Amino acid sequence: MKCQKCSKPATYHITDLDPEVPGKFAVFHFCDEHALQHLAPAASKPDSLPVGQLAKDLVSGSSASREPSPADSLSCPNCQISFAEFRSTGRLGCPYDYEAFRDELMPLLENIHGEVRHSGKAPKRAPRTSRQQNTLIRLRNDLKRAIAAEDYEAAAKLRDEIKSLEQEQGR
Amino acid sequence: MNLDALTRTSGEWLRGTGPESDIVICSRIRLARNLADFPFTSRASDPEKLEIERVCRSAMDKAGLDLEYQSLVDLGLLDRQLLVERQLISRELSGGDGPRGVAVGPRENMSIMVNEEDHLRIQVMNSGFSLPEVWEQINALDDRLEEQLHFAFNPQLGYLTSCPTNVGTGIRVGVMLHLPALANTKQIEKVFRALHKINLAVRGLYGEGTQADGDFYQISNQQTLGKSERELIRNLSDVVPQIISYERQARQEWIAQRRQHLHDQVSRAYGVLKTAHTISSSETMHLLSSVRMGINLGLIDDLEIRTVNELFIHTQPAHLQKIQGEELEVDERNIARAGYIRRRLTADRHEEGPAD
Repeated sequence: MKCQKCSKPATYHITDLDPEVPGKFAVFHFCDEHALQHLAPAASKPDSLPVGQLAKDLVSGSSASREPSPADSLSCPNCQISFAEFRSTGRLGCPYDYEAFRDELMPLLENIHGEVRHSGKAPKRAPRTSRQQNTLIRLRNDLKRAIAAEDYEAAAKLRDEIKSLEQEQGR
Repeated sequence: MNLDALTRTSGEWLRGTGPESDIVICSRIRLARNLADFPFTSRASDPEKLEIERVCRSAMDKAGLDLEYQSLVDLGLLDRQLLVERQLISRELSGGDGPRGVAVGPRENMSIMVNEEDHLRIQVMNSGFSLPEVWEQINALDDRLEEQLHFAFNPQLGYLTSCPTNVGTGIRVGVMLHLPALANTKQIEKVFRALHKINLAVRGLYGEGTQADGDFYQISNQQTLGKSERELIRNLSDVVPQIISYERQARQEWIAQRRQHLHDQVSRAYGVLKTAHTISSSETMHLLSSVRMGINLGLIDDLEIRTVNELFIHTQPAHLQKIQGEELEVDERNIARAGYIRRRLTADRHEEGPAD
């Protein structure tokens, strides 16, 4: 996720509540510098923002300002990404992360989008079992690690497993 | 794809036609999609990215789409920059690494980036204010790809994306507006704040983090989860006519109160562009913006909007260097830019733009 005002990664995710209209809010994604600018007293701006705005840090990736969270050590069984890595890059590792980090992601989604249930287009045909697809991601990841560890016997086995699953997927 | 030939044409989205095209340059929608059985791009190894690219390209072929694929691997910086300037790829894809590329449709209305932040970033872009048509086209395109590919999708969260800010519909609905009068009166700040309050983002011509050079502003949705594609399109479609009417009002007030000053500013801008021998990119954008508004207000009557629209893109650094056929330093570019603008403004008066 990039800052809305420059190309640096967004490390602050700010929700401004409108004091005049209850329930109305705006979400911003900023780098450290632009977050400070945004949060600075309104005097520096050409036209002042509503006073009494409530700014709230959600998932700050900048380690300086953020306490380590117990969720940081969680990792996805399929792609092995840790929650701490996601927090620092703003990018998830694979589709299964939405399950693996569900408890951590739901409040974040609620803050970003204001809603947590998809409404809109869905693929026309029934999706294949997502279990198989997630297994594929895990096997490919295991293969990478087997090759890195020069365990060629395990790598060969994994390749066979991947190939047969891919064939089942109709590829 | 013949990248050198690109500089002799321009995307259809620049032709300056379609509803409200005096203010709305183009309407654009993009969809983020990922294959269900691969890690997201940032987590994928090069062999995995290669396989993702192979699977996606084969799906585009099987779907019978009229697209030409350009890999970004081994493509020089200048060529990559050219594709960014034409709005066919993002700076992120240009600066990325590993197997990645873009499939481009005829007349550049359609492009599909492969292995950007998401495996697929599908884009459709039309001239003028035409979001419903753009949605129909991109929805059909997405359907045809979906017949060939298994996209990562979950009934509660919708299409799953690398960044949680895109999850759900994966849609970014945007319009590019030319707002010189609102910028001149500084009312634009108020418009921005109002847009932020209803969850819409404002960016410059080249997206996130770019200056609004030439008084171009892109307005797009931020929310992607919880509202349907049509609702999100409607949110934007409802607010754009208001901005258009503010801009028209500001232009009319300007012309009513300071007609001579405005006419002078527009004519001087046109004069400088027709006669300058060295000119920076930023001055060019600034002057073209005045000329563009001058045409729309009837203060200049011997120049096509399309020529001006094209000049905004063709005077960008990579385009100039491709047109000149060599790499140029900043000073050389400023000279080449002035020469190119003089030629175009002399040749294109009373005429259509270059043939595509």
